[in-house]
Amino acid sequence: MIPATFEYEKVTTVDEAIAALSNDDTKILAGGHSLIPAMKLRLNRPAKLVDIGGIRGLKDIKEEDGEIVIGAAASHADIMYHTLIRHHLPLFTEGAAMIGDMQVRNHGTIGGSLAHADPAADWPAMVLAAGAAIEVQGPNGRRRIPATEFFTGLFSTALEPNEIITAVRIPVPANGAKSTYQKFAQPASRFALAACAVMRFADGKTNIAFTGVGENAFRDTGAEQAITGKAIDENTINAAVNAALEGVTVMSDHYASEAYRKHLAKVYLKKALMMVK
Amino acid sequence: MSTNGLIGRAVKRVEDKRFITGHGNYTDDIVLPHQTYAAFVRSQYAHARILNIDTSAAKEMPGVIAIFTGADLAAVNGVPCGWQVNFKNGDTMKEPKHPLLVADKARHAGDAIAVVIAETKEQATDAAEAVKVEMEELPCVVDAAKAVQAGAPLVHDDVPNNKSFDWVLGNPIEEVNEAMDKAAHVTTLDFVNQRLVPNAIEPRSYNSSYDPVSEKYTLYTSSQNPHLIRLLMCAFVLGIPEHKVRVVSPDVGGGFGSKIFHYTEEALLTWCSKKIGRPVKWTSERSESFLLDAHGRDHVTKAEMGFDANGKIVALRVKTYANLGAYLSTFSSCVPTYLHGTLLQGLYTTPKINVDVTAVFTNTTPVDAYRGAGRPEATYLLERLIDLAAHEMDMDPAELRFRNFIPPFDGVQQPGYQTQVALQYDSGNYEGVLKKGLEMVNYADVRREQQEAAHNGKLVGIGFSTYIEACGIAPSAIVGSLGCRAGLFESAQVRVQPTGKVSVYTGSHSHGQGHETTFAQIVADKLGINLDDVEIVHGDSEAVAFGMGTYGSRSLAVGGSAIMKSIDKIIEKGKKIAAHKLEASADDIEFKSGNFTVKGTDKSIGFGEVALTAYVPHVYPKDLEPGLDFASFYDPANFTYPFGCHIAVVEVDKETGKVSLKRFIAVDDVGNVINPMIVEGQIHGGVVQGIGQALFEGAEYDDNGQLTNASYMDYCMPRADDFPMFETASQVTPCPHNPLGVKGAGEAGTIGSAPAIVNAVIDALWSGGHKVKDIRMPLTPERVWHAMVDA
Ligand SMILES: Cc1cc2nc3c(=O)[nH]c(=O)nc-3n(C[C@H](O)[C@H](O)[C@H](O)COP(=O)(O)OP(=O)(O)OC[C@H]3O[C@@H](n4cnc5c(N)ncnc54)[C@H](O)[C@@H]3O)c2cc1C
Repeated sequence: MIPATFEYEKVTTVDEAIAALSNDDTKILAGGHSLIPAMKLRLNRPAKLVDIGGIRGLKDIKEEDGEIVIGAAASHADIMYHTLIRHHLPLFTEGAAMIGDMQVRNHGTIGGSLAHADPAADWPAMVLAAGAAIEVQGPNGRRRIPATEFFTGLFSTALEPNEIITAVRIPVPANGAKSTYQKFAQPASRFALAACAVMRFADGKTNIAFTGVGENAFRDTGAEQAITGKAIDENTINAAVNAALEGVTVMSDHYASEAYRKHLAKVYLKKALMMVK
Repeated sequence: MSTNGLIGRAVKRVEDKRFITGHGNYTDDIVLPHQTYAAFVRSQYAHARILNIDTSAAKEMPGVIAIFTGADLAAVNGVPCGWQVNFKNGDTMKEPKHPLLVADKARHAGDAIAVVIAETKEQATDAAEAVKVEMEELPCVVDAAKAVQAGAPLVHDDVPNNKSFDWVLGNPIEEVNEAMDKAAHVTTLDFVNQRLVPNAIEPRSYNSSYDPVSEKYTLYTSSQNPHLIRLLMCAFVLGIPEHKVRVVSPDVGGGFGSKIFHYTEEALLTWCSKKIGRPVKWTSERSESFLLDAHGRDHVTKAEMGFDANGKIVALRVKTYANLGAYLSTFSSCVPTYLHGTLLQGLYTTPKINVDVTAVFTNTTPVDAYRGAGRPEATYLLERLIDLAAHEMDMDPAELRFRNFIPPFDGVQQPGYQTQVALQYDSGNYEGVLKKGLEMVNYADVRREQQEAAHNGKLVGIGFSTYIEACGIAPSAIVGSLGCRAGLFESAQVRVQPTGKVSVYTGSHSHGQGHETTFAQIVADKLGINLDDVEIVHGDSEAVAFGMGTYGSRSLAVGGSAIMKSIDKIIEKGKKIAAHKLEASADDIEFKSGNFTVKGTDKSIGFGEVALTAYVPHVYPKDLEPGLDFASFYDPANFTYPFGCHIAVVEVDKETGKVSLKRFIAVDDVGNVINPMIVEGQIHGGVVQGIGQALFEGAEYDDNGQLTNASYMDYCMPRADDFPMFETASQVTPCPHNPLGVKGAGEAGTIGSAPAIVNAVIDALWSGGHKVKDIRMPLTPERVWHAMVDA
């Protein structure tokens, strides 16, 4: 478990990080809890790591212009324990607690998790359900990528090779929103075998996102339409569950065949909808 | 039996101070002067011919000292198998060479092709990657039952049908068939006892050095039995005189069987250390551990149990294919035979038993003893059958067991119980543990709760397992007659220092069991001294005379008994010294609580004074040698037979198939108990490992012979939050044939627990009308869900 030789640089500004990324074969190092294991197995062998842990402000969590802004380098635990988050985005408080164990939560970052885009990671479903935008910065400046456009496939995102994620921005939900993250953990890794995040806004709009189910996390518009704006009751829940996963290519592996995973996803959607009733 | 209350007391483990403060000294912690490091080039393929090995680029890499391939070791023997089993027709088992490096072809993924030695571990790893190996992939076989079929690829070109041996035990098959034909009911089960990866927390590690002046080697090894490694490596592999090799097993972080065996790397590093004239170290990576540490279990079995109209078992017929992997590991051949077939009497009076085992080679990691070794397979088979039979015959599973138990016998007043499968049980009270278990679980109440749950649409199940095991391995003459190529005695030297402090040199090896506490308790208790005054030394072939090591729950029953023999000699000699000082006859001296006293008087001297006198023999019996230091060897008269009753209460989630363990009751009878806390700890750990097999663990090979779950991302180890608080109790039926009356507790939990869990899940499904016979372990949520959906 020894990585191939690599260089290491610790930067203090986002611009320095972006500059460093102009070299091929350079990778951002955040919490290192996805990248380092892959390097130790020599599945990944970047020539250089740029550590963004020292960039001032990149771990900040604050409210700005009607949005919650979570710095990309904020750890899962930073988010989980933050009162602002607990107050406005209890979905994140609930979900962050289900990521890995305490060590993982203390090291792993939201930016790292989103950039890595593991098909079974927890954050992608939560940011999708929350209607977040991913703020990224590259040589040509900043842009915002809606979460719905960010995850493009298995371990792939809309991020350009020389861009870095700087923050996750979530519109502060109006009072009365309800949310939940329901996860069935893969027994060994405890990543999501199938998980569902639901955000029900005061006006009845309902965002439903799955992770662990397809090649990337996604919003389930079919299920959303079946319940958005309607009272949540047995009928609408069943309608949403029936509509869910339409046209989705469901993964199959050692722990869950396609049929079982599909079944689980629906069971967890149902659980989630019961929670936001 | 205790003199100062130390025996039987839950003394805190003395070794834990160094372990929990990070001061343990493991093999990988040892760095020798001029240390070098090894890394291996391993086969990616399960079965592939080596066409060419190009080391030229790797040799030029920084820090590289030497690279060796199979060609360099053509004249060196392979590692041996320690137990000879014969075919039914009397032919010797097929025992193909297990070379230190393969030269012709790789037979499992991970087979070693070359070793690279460099100045640092990093350099060795980089250079190993630069060795270019050209291979031609060959068709492979991973499944034991398929491997014996005509046309299956051959793992060893000269082993027809991949059969290492076939073997049979018990009553003649005709008699068993006849009894089975007459049975009122026959329960049949086709099942798999899946392959497990041992997963000791410390990966295997070796550090070998050679001193050209004394011509002596030193091997540090993470082994459960350093003397045995020395014997096998010197006599069978490298042909080095034993007195020219010192083998040390320092602190070892768990073994569970996987560190019993003599591995190729141990011998190879030792060979290399002389070649390069420097010490060579290798520590397995976790990914290597998955591929190389001998796996456990892996049986494909058909078993039938016949009953008469009253539910009495009349016959048992078993056919098992045991997967031994690509090579015969040290004790692999005895596991599916003498540690499995011989246990199929279980706790029952079954009059006719026949077990037929075919042991086969496949393109997989070698399989050998893993906690319980053979006995979990036997217990799983019997306990699943009897619980299933209860469902099929609509009987209570506890009641069905009571009808079939061997009646209590103490092995003293009543003789031992002769089984149909070669063993003679020492002592037992089998109905006792089940009765106690039923009380603890409140059987009537949980059955009622189960019905209520079923009424409310919930699936609750109760599963039993009443098990027996053969431990205290083993009487040398018996195992010798069965093919074991070693004696299985143990040695112990008890050295009383002039100040009355005691050093004990034991051939047992502690790698988590707590010998430094348990053994010290025995010595301190018997000699009437403080626990602090006793030191337990183990794991060094130069300090300890000889040893057969620790496995098969043998340390206390065999190693502890050897210590007892030396203590007896010390007390006997002490009496002579005391008698001389007290001007009495040795026959009139009694030793109690640390004092030698003239019977019926208050004339007495202490143990410390006797010790001092032995080393300062001014006033001393004329014909007595000075010193107080005795070595003993103990060869047990029989195996010991711990037994017990495990009961699981589970709830199955109807929607997901996830099993939640609600309660787990373990009543174990391990004979006398020296330290109840340590025994309970062993039971807890064992139970967790058994439940790990039932619910979580299992090596999965694909058709290409790749272990697809060779990391903790996919191989599920049990975790603390998977379990409720265990409810444990002990019953004590002393072992009649060893001086401590102990039976052994290391494997009990693992042997008993798995079938209780699976039976509970099956029971839960039956309570909901799903009449399922079997679910393949591990009972992952998906498998349980399928069982419900498909039934
Ligand atoms: C034992 C264990 C258990 C885990 N369990 C879970 C779990 O249950 N659920 C779950 O969701 N995750 C789990 N994880 C993953 C964990 O959450 C990781 O921390 C996370 O996926 C990656 O975050 P990181 O900060 O560690 O990123 P790193 O490992 O440092 O980086 C991951 C990738 O993202 C890139 N990257 C990092 N930051 C940025 C950035 N700001 N901009 C652009 N690219 C960036 C890196 O270059 C790299 O390619 C687990 C990990 C471990 C080791």
